[in-house]
Order: sequence, then C-alpha cells, then structure tokens
Amino acid sequence: MHAEFLQFLFSGLTVGATYALAALGFNLIYNASHVINFAQGEFIMLGGMLAVFFTQAGLHWAPAFALAVLLPALVGVLLEKCAIEPVKDADTVTLIIITIGASLVLRGLIQVWLGKGAHSLPPFSDHAPFSLLGATLQPQSFWVFGVTAVVVALLWYFFSRTLAGKAMLATAYNRVAAQLVGVSTGWVLLMSFALAAALGALGGILITPITLTSYDVGIMLGLKGFVAAVVGGLGSGLGAVVGGLLVGVLEAMGAGYVSSAYKDAIPFVLILLILFFMPRGLFGGLSTERV
Amino acid sequence: MSMRGRSFAGLGILALALAVAPFLVPNSYYLDLVIRMCINAVIVLSLNLLIGYAGQISLGHAGFVGLGAYASAVLPAHFGWHPLLALVAGAAGTGLLALLVARPILRLKGHYLAMATLGLGIIINIVIRNEAAWTGGPDGMPVQSMELFGHELMRDTQWYWVVAVILLLSVWGALNLIDSPFGRALRGLHGSEIASQVVGVDVPRYKTAVFVLSAVVASIMGSVLAHYVGFVTPEVANFFHSIELVTMVVVGGMASVFGSVLGAVLLTALPQALATFEGWEVVVFGAILMLCMIFLPRGLVPTLAARLRLED
Repeated sequence: MHAEFLQFLFSGLTVGATYALAALGFNLIYNASHVINFAQGEFIMLGGMLAVFFTQAGLHWAPAFALAVLLPALVGVLLEKCAIEPVKDADTVTLIIITIGASLVLRGLIQVWLGKGAHSLPPFSDHAPFSLLGATLQPQSFWVFGVTAVVVALLWYFFSRTLAGKAMLATAYNRVAAQLVGVSTGWVLLMSFALAAALGALGGILITPITLTSYDVGIMLGLKGFVAAVVGGLGSGLGAVVGGLLVGVLEAMGAGYVSSAYKDAIPFVLILLILFFMPRGLFGGLSTERV
Repeated sequence: MSMRGRSFAGLGILALALAVAPFLVPNSYYLDLVIRMCINAVIVLSLNLLIGYAGQISLGHAGFVGLGAYASAVLPAHFGWHPLLALVAGAAGTGLLALLVARPILRLKGHYLAMATLGLGIIINIVIRNEAAWTGGPDGMPVQSMELFGHELMRDTQWYWVVAVILLLSVWGALNLIDSPFGRALRGLHGSEIASQVVGVDVPRYKTAVFVLSAVVASIMGSVLAHYVGFVTPEVANFFHSIELVTMVVVGGMASVFGSVLGAVLLTALPQALATFEGWEVVVFGAILMLCMIFLPRGLVPTLAARLRLED
C-alpha cells in the first residue's frame, strides 16, 4: 500500500518534471508576447527525436544532446522571426492558429524525415534501479529531477541576477516602459522563443529513455504542459514548476488508483475544476479590466 | 448597396449555387465532398456566432459534434430509439451540458477560456474512446440509416438536398439573428463587456445563449454527419477536428456569415486536394494555415470586402 503510493508518486514526479519544463516554456513566451505557443509540444518531440537521430548516426551523446537542444532553439527563433513578429498585434485566435500551423509543419516534417516508428534512448547511466521503502526508482528519474532542478536554479539566477534576465522580466510587466528605458523588446521576444524551445527539447531528451518518443508525442505533452502552466497561473515561474509536478503526480495517482484508461483525461478534469473555482490558476494574480 | 441588400444578394447567390451544384459535379466523389462542405458550413456558421461575433474562443467544439454523432449511433443501436428522436435527444443533452458548463467557463477570458473549452472537448473524446462497450472504442461503430416520414435516407442525392436546405436556412437564420437585438448585444459584448453591462445588456445571459446555441447546432450536424456517413469513429470528436473548425472560421473571416461558408468549403476541400502530396499533406496544410493567418489575419471574406469597398 505504502510502497505502491511511493511508486506512483515517483513516476508522477518524473513525468511532472517534463510538464514543468514545457510549462516554463509556455510562460516565457506568454510573458514576452502574450502568445500561447501551441507548438511547444513539438519542441519536446523534436528534442527526443533529434537526440535519437544523432546518437544513432554515431555521435557521442554530448554533442548529440547539444544539437538536439540547439536545433529546436533555432526553430523557435525562426518561428518568432517569420510567423509571430509580422502579426504581433493580431487576435488571440489568429496567433493560436499560426502556432498550431507551425506545430503541424514540424510534426509533418519529422514524420516524412524519420518515419512513424517509436524510438527510445538508452538510460543516461546504467546503474541498477534503487529500492526505497519498497518502491523502485529508476536511475533515469534522478537524471530527470537533477537536470530539471539545475535548469530551474539557472533560470532563477538568470531572471533575478543578470541584466538580460531582468530586461525580459521588465518587458513582461510593461513592454512600452521597458522600451523607454532602452530594452530591446524585439531581442527579448527572440530570446524567449529560443529559451522556450530549448527547455521543451531538453525535457523531451530527458523523458525519452522512460516513455519512448515518436513524431506525434508532441500534442499530448504540449497540451499537458499548457494545463500545468494554467494550473500554476499563466506567466508564473513558480506556478509552472508546481503546476507541472502536480499534474504529473495526480495523473500517476489517477492512473494507479482510479483507471489507467482515463489517465490522459485527468489533467483536463483538473484544469476544469481549477478554472471553475480559481479562474486565474493557483498562483495567478488578480486582474482588473480597463474599460 | 445597403448592408441588408448585400446580405440578401449573397443569400440568393448561395441558393443558386446550391441549386446547380449537384448537376455540375462530375461524379459521386465530388457530391460527397459538397455534402461534407455543407455540413461543416453549418457548424462553422454557429461557431462563428460564438467566436467572431461574441468574441469567445472554443477549442473543444468537435466534442459537441461528437456527442451528437454518438447519440445518433448509440441510442438507436442499443435502445432501439427512432433516429430522429435520438438526434433530438443528442441535441438536448448537448445543450444541457453546454448550459451547465457555460457560466463557469464563460467567466474566463482569452487563453483561460481556450484552455477550458479544449479540456472539455478532450474529456468528451477520451470518454468516447474508452467506453468501448457502448461506442465501439477507437474502432468506432456503424450508424443506422435516417428515416424521414417513412422513407429511409440512403442515396447521396437525397442527402444533398437535405443538407443544402439546412445550410440555406442556417445562413438565412444567421443573417437575421445578427441583425436582431440579440446580434447587436453579441457584438457589443465583444467590444467591451463592461460597457455592454453598463448600457443594460445581460452579458452572462447572452454569452450562455450563444454558447448553448452553437453547441446544439454542432450536435445536430454531428448527428446528420453520422447518419450520412453510416459510421462514426472518435476522430469526429478529437482535438484536431476542433482546430479544423476554428480554422474554417478564421480563414473564411471572423464575424462574417459568408466567410463561414467559404472557410468551410475551402478547408473541407484542402485535405482532399493535398492527398496527392503523399506524406507531405500535413506539412502543406500547416504551412497554408500559417501563410493565411500571416497575410490575411482578418480572413478571406472581410479582407476582400474591405478591398472592394476601397476601390468603389
């Protein structure tokens, strides 16, 4: 009973860490541009698929993983430059459809290039699984937690201690005011897309040894990352991490104790309940509408 | 020409096009395509009332289409209901669900509303997928044929006239609705909810009404689609279908009745036209969506109309 609970908790936290990375990506872009990037899930897919491709092509894991993060970041920059910047002030629906179009293009290209098959990566280290209070912990889970923790710490440092990070925060609060004090908001927008894509891709690489990857995993992972971002309150960094872990754990608990067939429905039931009772998420601030 | 005159000229042209279409199509493949265009056009028309006129996003509308389609599949097959009764029951059930969730959902704005409707649609799809004992699960299930006044609707030409009449009535209804106090209230709350409230528009009531209306229309057309095709699969309710419907609204033109029809016609034909690109169809479809939105962010019909007015 106890061991079972721990087992669900661990597997939930592991997947939740990926959702958290995706949610951080959603928030970065949302803060810089008020765009919800529906292509965020495709960056997760790109990370996993490219890591598989480059390691199978014979590359050492280090350059392979680096490429699998950098290429999606480049795609993110291209997406911003070619598709988002020209229509910056368009309707929410228009922007949503542009990013959905982009996600279809990415998914389609990978499907044409690498096929429809499912792929996996070997675990990053070949330790035997650990046993903790009767539950079994895969070493890969530690990699996921460890890397996610380091990334969150780095992001915190970037946004609170460096000038570039503060410029991005300033743009999120008030674009015009940031421009007035000399922040290049165009650069901030580019950086946000690059960072968001890189975070998603990193999550995709980390989780691939546990869950497999294929050209079409991006939709669900992206949507659940979006749920995590909204659970925590759009735009909140702490919210994204808490939201991601919460969604992951509840999903694992629901799959374990209630019904594994309805596993994918759990995040969406959660988000409906939260939005019904706390319309701005757990950590979202109050807002007033200007008339 | 006055706005009213233009609308009714448009209605006349549409009626004419619908009257000659079945005689112009070369074979049954194209007739099938035209029938699907008409069915989608009606759904898109009602979705445009919600998105284009009232300014409320729904990324879960395929869920409502799915509820109607499966009501028409499940109720006659498992309980022996008359297809027409099943259609009405599906519409009533969907309307009730929409009514229940409308208040809490429509309090939300922008991305939060998008998230909530998306979630609702995905939950409906997952339920349809999982309750295999009733719905046949991912493989889908056959649907009995529709019976009207003792006649079984079987042939495509019969179906064509049915959906053509439904489309024409819907366009006529939508044009009248937009011109009514109801339509003005919708456009008002799109501009500013608080300002509308100040001048006495019951904003939550109007938002709920248009949400329920679009859900019920989606459900009815889901039933029609299910009976016409004779088979339903969970794909009818999936996220991608919701996106397709929203895309038809936006490509045709938000807050444009004839834009809805055009959007449905173009985007129903597009995947068929792209079938020759073997394997690349998803890429091309995505690229066309992006290009359309980047260069024609207001959609085809409003952009063209603005250009024509400029030349006058």
